[in-house]
Amino acid sequence: MRRQLMKGNEAIVKSAILSGCRAFYGYPITPASEITEAAALYMPQTGGVFLQAESEVAATNMLYGASSAGVRCMTASSGPGISLMQEGISYMAGAELPCVIADITRGGPGLGNIAAEQSDYHQAVKGGGHGNYRTIVLAPNSVQEMADLTALAFELADRYRNPVMLLADGFIGQMMEPVEFRERAVEVSLPEWAVAGTKEARGNLIASIYLEPDLLEAHNRQLEAKYLRAEREEARAEEWRTADAEVVLVGYGIVARILKAVTAEARAMGIRVGLLRPITLYPFPVEHFKRAAERARVFAVVEMSNGQMVEDVRLAVNGARPVEFLGRAGGNVPTHHEVLDLVSKLALQFCPAMQPEEVAHV
Amino acid sequence: MSSITDQEYEVAHSKAKAFYPSYERKAELQHQTHYCPGCGHGIVHKMVAHVIDELGIQDSTILVSPVGCSVFAYYYFDVGNVQAAHGRAPAVATALSRSRPGSIVISYQGDGDLSAIGSAEILHAANRGENITVIFVNNAIYSMTGGQMAPTTLLGQTSTTTPLGRSAAHEGYPMRMSELLATLSAPVYIERVGLGDNKQIAQASRAVRKAIENQVRGLGFSMVEVLSPCPTIWKMTPVDAQHWVRDVMEKTFPLGVCVDRTREAQPRPEPEEAPALGRIPQILGIAEEDSGEGAPMHSTLSGDIDLEVRVSGFGGQGVLLLGEVLAEAGADAGLEVSWLPSYGPEMRSGTSNCHVRVASSPIDSPLVTHPDVLVAMNEPSLRKFYASVRPGGWILYNGSLPPGEYAREEIHVMACDFTREGDALGDTRAANMVMLGALLEIAEGLPQASIDAALRRCVSSNKWVQLDERAIERGRQLYRELQQEVRHEI
Ligand SMILES: Cc1ncc(C[n+]2csc(CCOP(=O)(O)OP(=O)(O)O)c2C)c(N)n1
Ligand code: SF4
Repeated sequence: MRRQLMKGNEAIVKSAILSGCRAFYGYPITPASEITEAAALYMPQTGGVFLQAESEVAATNMLYGASSAGVRCMTASSGPGISLMQEGISYMAGAELPCVIADITRGGPGLGNIAAEQSDYHQAVKGGGHGNYRTIVLAPNSVQEMADLTALAFELADRYRNPVMLLADGFIGQMMEPVEFRERAVEVSLPEWAVAGTKEARGNLIASIYLEPDLLEAHNRQLEAKYLRAEREEARAEEWRTADAEVVLVGYGIVARILKAVTAEARAMGIRVGLLRPITLYPFPVEHFKRAAERARVFAVVEMSNGQMVEDVRLAVNGARPVEFLGRAGGNVPTHHEVLDLVSKLALQFCPAMQPEEVAHV
Repeated sequence: MSSITDQEYEVAHSKAKAFYPSYERKAELQHQTHYCPGCGHGIVHKMVAHVIDELGIQDSTILVSPVGCSVFAYYYFDVGNVQAAHGRAPAVATALSRSRPGSIVISYQGDGDLSAIGSAEILHAANRGENITVIFVNNAIYSMTGGQMAPTTLLGQTSTTTPLGRSAAHEGYPMRMSELLATLSAPVYIERVGLGDNKQIAQASRAVRKAIENQVRGLGFSMVEVLSPCPTIWKMTPVDAQHWVRDVMEKTFPLGVCVDRTREAQPRPEPEEAPALGRIPQILGIAEEDSGEGAPMHSTLSGDIDLEVRVSGFGGQGVLLLGEVLAEAGADAGLEVSWLPSYGPEMRSGTSNCHVRVASSPIDSPLVTHPDVLVAMNEPSLRKFYASVRPGGWILYNGSLPPGEYAREEIHVMACDFTREGDALGDTRAANMVMLGALLEIAEGLPQASIDAALRRCVSSNKWVQLDERAIERGRQLYRELQQEVRHEI
C-alpha cells in the first residue's frame, strides 16, 4: 500500500475501521477532535455507528453498550474528557468489555491548556477510575505507530476483554507523517458473550456487580490473573543504541523523538548514550529496564510533566542504578539543549572513562 | 394486536414466559424476587414480562437494568441483559439499539437514576428519538440507598436528607420528567400511569404495551412513567402505600398522556447496509489506486536532503498549507517527511506556524528548533523566530524592506513584498505559494513533478491549482532574479 501523508489523529480512525471498529461515540475536545470528526465521516460509510454524545460520561457508557452488543468500538478525548470517562472505563473493566480509548493529551490540571503535555500518565496508566483494574496503555511516537498501535489496541482489547488506551500527546495527534496501513479490513466475529438481541445470546449477561464478597474477590483474582498474563506477554519497548549505552535516556511519545535526535548528537560527541522507549506503558516493560541496568551507569527520564513515568522507571530499575529526571510542563517541550546538557553532565558524573575534553565543549 | 382489558390483566397469577422459571442468578430463595411485599417494581416487572410474551419478542429483547432497587432485574428476565451504571441506562441502551437495530431495547430506571444523576442521558436519548422504550419507575425517593431525597420527592415529604421535609425554597420543586421530555419534538409517546388501584394498574399495563409496541414498529422513543409504591421506605403498609400513590402522589404528578405521536410517527430509517469488507480501503481513501495523480513516487533525487523549515504568519495566510505542500512533495519524492502545526489558541489569536522536515533518512524529531529556512509571512513571525535560524540558513520575509533590526551576519535574507506578488497574480492568498517557490529554489532537489502532485493533493479546486502553479513559478523567478542582483546579507 502507498505511504500517505496524514495526521496522527486521522490515521487512528482509518486504522480502527480497518481493524473492525464499527462504533464511535465521542465528544469534541482539542486536540482530539479530528478523531471524532474523521469517525463522523467514515463510520456511516463503512457500516458503523457514529454518534456525538452529550458528554464524555455518556460517551463511555455508550461504549459500554456497544461493547456489550459485541461490536468493536472506540472513543477519543483528552484530559478533562478522560476524567469524565473514568466511570465507564471502570465499569467496562469490571464487566470485562473490550474497547479502545484514544487519549490525545493536553495540559492540566483543570482546564489547563491545549498544548501537549504528558501529565495524564498517572491517570491513564494507574487507572483513574475506581476498583482493582488496569487499563492496557500504548504510547505511539509517530503517525505510523498511531496506525499500528490502534490495530494492536483492538486485538489486545479483545484478547483481554479490557479497555485499551492509546496515550499520545497533542503533537503526535496533530502532526502529519507518511503512513502505511494494513492491506485488508479484518473480519470480526461476534463474541459468544455478547448481548446481541438474538436467541443464541439470550442467556448472556453483562454486569460488573458481585454482591457476595467471595464472588467479588474471585472476580478480582480473575482480573488480576489476566493483568499478570498481559505483564508477561505484552510488554513492548523500543531500544535504540542501548547495547553499549552508559547513559540511557527514557521517554515516550514526542519526547522519545527528541531523545533520539539528542542520542545521535551525543554519540557523535563520543558519549555512549542509548534510548529506551516504552511502547506499552501498562504493562510497563520492566524486563527491558532490568536488562539495560546491567550495562548502564545511569538512567535519565525525560517527560513533559513533573515526573510521572519516572516512578515506574525507578520501580523497574529497583535501585540498581540512579534514575535522573528532566521535566517540562505547561506545553513546553524539553529542548534539545536541555537534554544534551543533562546527558553531558551525567556522562561527566557517572562515566569516568569518558574523555573530559569531548564533553567540555558542549 | 389485541389490547389488554382490565379483566384479562392478572398481575398476581400467571407467570410470564419472559421470566426465568427459577431465579438462579439469585443466591437464595430462587422462587421469589428480592422486592419487598407491595413494591411497585414487582408489578411493573410482570407487566413488562407479559408484554414481551404477548409480542413474541423474548429472543430479541435486551433489558438494561439500572442502579437502584431494580439493579437485579436480570435475575428475573429471561432476555439479553445488560446492567448499566447509575443513570446511564439510556446511553447504554442507545448504543445497544444503534448497533443491534433488530433488537428491542428496554431501559428500566428508577426516579433517582433517571431524573437526577441520569438527567442528561435521558434528555438526550429522548431528544434523539432513540428507538428504545423507557420504563420509569417513580417512587419519589432513593430507595436502595435507604430513603434519601430524589428530584421527585414531594414538597413536605420527609426523607433521610430532608428530615424536616422537602421545601421548595431549599430543594426546589418535584421534577416532572414526563412533562419535561414531552416538550421535545422527537419522543413518540410519553404517558404517566400509576399503581394506585386496579384501574390504574390496568391502564399502566396498556401503556407499557403501547410503548414497547411502538419500538417493535420502529417508531422511536417511548417512555412510561409509573407512580409506584415503596412501602418499606415510605414506612407504610402495602395497602396504605398504594393509596398514597393515588391520593397524594398523583396530585403532584397527574396521570395521563403527555405526548402521543404514535399515529403520525414514521418508522425511523433503517441504517445503511454495510459495504463489503473489500471496499473499505477505497472508502477510507487508502487503497492502492488512491495514490492519485503523481503516483508512483518520483525518486529522481540526486544527493541527500535534510531540510528543516519553519513557516509562520497570520492565520488565513496559508501558513499550514505552504508547509503541507512542501511535506507532500517530499513524501511524493519518496523522502521522509514530517509536518507539525501549531494548534489551538494560537490559531484563535490569529497567528499560525508549522514545522516541516524533509530528509533522505528517517526523521528523529519533527520539531524544528533551528530551521535551515524560516518563512516569515509577517513581522511578528520574524521577530519571534529570526534568532533561531541556523547559521548559513535563510529567512524568507514577506516585506519589501530588509528588516535591519533583526540583522544577523551569518544568515541570508530574501525580503520581498510577496503579498503584492500574490495580488499581481490575481489573489492575495497566493502569496504563500510565491514564497514556497522561492523556498524550493533555495532548498533545491525536489522534483517539479512531485510539487505538482502535491498541489493537486492539497488543493481541491482546479482554479487554485493553476494559480498556485503560477505563484510557485513566480517565486522561483524572484529568487533567481535576486541571485543575479545583489545578495542582501544582513
Ligand atoms: C455514581 C453513583 N452514585 C451513587 C450511587 C448510590 N446509589 C445507588 S442506588 C441510588 C438511588 C436509586 O434511587 P432510584 O433511582 O430512585 O431507584 P429505587 O431504588 O428507588 O428504585 C444511589 C444514589 C451509585 N451506585 N453510583
Ligand atoms: S425498598 Fe422500596 S423500592 Fe426497594 S424493593 Fe423495597 S419497596 Fe421496592
